[in-house]
Amino acid sequence: MKKFFKSGDPYVWLTASSLTICLLMVCGLITLIMIKGLGIFWPHTIVHFHLKDGTTVLGEVSKKEPIPYEKDGYRTKLKIGNRDIYGLDFRWIDDDKIVSLEYPADAVAIERREWGNMYGFLQGIIGKNGRIEAIQQDGAKGFINENKKLFKKIRQLEKKEIGGINYQMEKKRIIVKQLQSLPPSDIVQKKMNGVKMKIDALEKMYHEKETLLSNLYQKAREKEFIIRLAGGEEKILPVFQVVRMYTPNSMHVFAKTGFYLTKFWEFIADEPREANTEGGIFPAIFGTVMMVFIMSIAVVPLGVLTAVYLKEYAGDNFISRIVRISVNNLAGVPSIVFGVFGLGFFIYLIGGTIDNVFFKSSLPSPTFGTGGILWASLTLALLTVPVVVVSTEEGLSSVPGSIREGSYALGATKFETLWRVVLPQAAPGILTGTILAMARAAGEVAPLMITGVVKLAPSLPIDHHFPFLHLERKFMHLGFHIYDVGFQSPNVEAAIPMVYTTTLALLFSVLVLNITAIIVRNKLRKKYRMSSV
Amino acid sequence: MKKKPNPVVNITDLKLYYGNNLALNGINLDISEKMITAFIGPSGCGKSTLIRCLNRMNDLIEGVRIEGSIKIAGKDIYDPSVNVTELRKRVGMVFQKPNPFPKTIYENVVYGPRVLGVKKKNALDDICEKALIKAALWNEVKDRLHFSALELSGGQQQRVCIARAIAMEPEIVLLDEPCSALDPIATAKIEDMLVELKKDYTVVIVTHNMQQAARVSDYTGFFMMGELVEYDDTTELFTKPKKQRTEDYITGRFG
Repeated sequence: MKKFFKSGDPYVWLTASSLTICLLMVCGLITLIMIKGLGIFWPHTIVHFHLKDGTTVLGEVSKKEPIPYEKDGYRTKLKIGNRDIYGLDFRWIDDDKIVSLEYPADAVAIERREWGNMYGFLQGIIGKNGRIEAIQQDGAKGFINENKKLFKKIRQLEKKEIGGINYQMEKKRIIVKQLQSLPPSDIVQKKMNGVKMKIDALEKMYHEKETLLSNLYQKAREKEFIIRLAGGEEKILPVFQVVRMYTPNSMHVFAKTGFYLTKFWEFIADEPREANTEGGIFPAIFGTVMMVFIMSIAVVPLGVLTAVYLKEYAGDNFISRIVRISVNNLAGVPSIVFGVFGLGFFIYLIGGTIDNVFFKSSLPSPTFGTGGILWASLTLALLTVPVVVVSTEEGLSSVPGSIREGSYALGATKFETLWRVVLPQAAPGILTGTILAMARAAGEVAPLMITGVVKLAPSLPIDHHFPFLHLERKFMHLGFHIYDVGFQSPNVEAAIPMVYTTTLALLFSVLVLNITAIIVRNKLRKKYRMSSV
Repeated sequence: MKKKPNPVVNITDLKLYYGNNLALNGINLDISEKMITAFIGPSGCGKSTLIRCLNRMNDLIEGVRIEGSIKIAGKDIYDPSVNVTELRKRVGMVFQKPNPFPKTIYENVVYGPRVLGVKKKNALDDICEKALIKAALWNEVKDRLHFSALELSGGQQQRVCIARAIAMEPEIVLLDEPCSALDPIATAKIEDMLVELKKDYTVVIVTHNMQQAARVSDYTGFFMMGELVEYDDTTELFTKPKKQRTEDYITGRFG
């Protein structure tokens, strides 16, 4: 036994087993998220239960478990949808209350723009003149697609055109306000008249568009489906409300796969619906990536310059040592503290000042004096600056003294040496720091909640209105999206799968950002690899 | 001490302290123009310290204090009015370990001229070619000037470093044990090249290898314990040393 301990083998086992535990935990986490997250787009079969009390229930089975606190018996969690009718999306059904069950081939699942899914049977369609016609699945699809085009047109009209007019009007109103604050004179009056004429023109345009819009809405509401629910009652559903309609029980595997991919794409590329519990997460992905980019642009120069001074110029004395320790400790400060600082310093002080100086005419509504993507990014830049400083310092120390001497011996000054030889060679270290900073920033939520993240941003920080980049706008973020969907939405139960998928999307975004940075770093490493002699 | 012909460097009463340690004790030495002067001696004797005084590389080390004077072309290089980077452009240096920059061969050689502000590509190409020819490397690397210098062999890397120093058109080239990390073949190539270099430049070489000093140099200085023991014509010093300590060293009785 003593020999065994002396041989050193137990320590190999000890270290190896702790590595195994770590790996297992990470793999388990990722597998759980993958399974829970990737499953939700698959069309589940619809079950029709006939219960002992004579009623029937229709829905997707989402879970089966033993009845808690009872010796035996199982119960099923059924997603019954139709929240507008039943009030709840889910219902527990004990197995011993079921008389029989079937999988009706013609049962339809309908994704709606409001109130979540609807499950039932397609009965017919009410046409323009109120006549009821029978309809098949394929026919229904035609109507739905037609309506989708209409919906797109309406969105285009609402968001782009009417939104654009509103944007212009707001600007003109600010000009009017500015002019009103000037002492009255002929020139001011002239300008004022000009602006007012423009506003009138815009208003006219606005009314035109509005009539167009209400006509479109009228057209959209013309057709209505009749859906028979599980209990036999009939429900009228405007075609316009339908996002998609499908019959999972009669779909074969390829159709299901196609459906899966469409849903997946919608998830990545679309905007959220229904308090974020349905639809896509595109604005959140966009916000996260853009925030990380702005943060990197801010943090890399700041961190690198700081590290260069600390390492190359400051010398090794008491003060520089204190500064170095403080910078390292800064990395351990809770992120919410940075958030509060960002709120006080960036938003209220700097943003408030900017508003007072440049955007006085639009006060009291703030422009920069409120949370926005710029302030959130800068707060995160502050949070991650120690990481960049530390790794840049390491990168600088890894450059051998002989290389510096070689440069000095050729008559280069300290700055020239730094710029031409040392910094390029320290670049991999700098990039390592950037990678760490990016990973940290992408996952941070707490400081963002008080510096500019919202649960639903009306528009992206980049759009077609001049100056195209709107750094003062609020934005959406995957981390906050997870919190919001999972814990703040009115329909938490239905949103659980969404939490997993969004988590997956966040992990994936971080992964993509990191891999990009790692590829760049390895390229640089190859280029500046140390002399082998 | 016998006067040397055409002295371009005059060192008088040079004392150098590292903190409180006296590393060079009253060195008096003249270096002749367009000759090779070798410094030999056991480790820690101060020969490298002395050569690093000639382009003020010792300035980079903290706690170094210097007394006495070093004049190059009649001007004291430790005078406060002297611009150190200007001095280093006139006095080039090659180090013990090859230290090419992690750049291409071309970029290594034109580093100095670029720092000086030469921007025209033609001029830089010209400088690069001339320097590599002088460093006897042109034929080996002319087809791969834009490859990384780090992919070359040790001897080639060292010649890149020499070309890099020559590209500045210095008056004096200092070599601090340039062959100590190289094999005999690479060493021979560099020695041949040094003899060629003598035509245009004043060369000062520090070496551990007495045969090398005997082979290439015109004058040799023998150092011990921070003192210049003997400084003479190379043949003279190696055949008829005047001091007992020199004789002991070159015959291998110690060191």
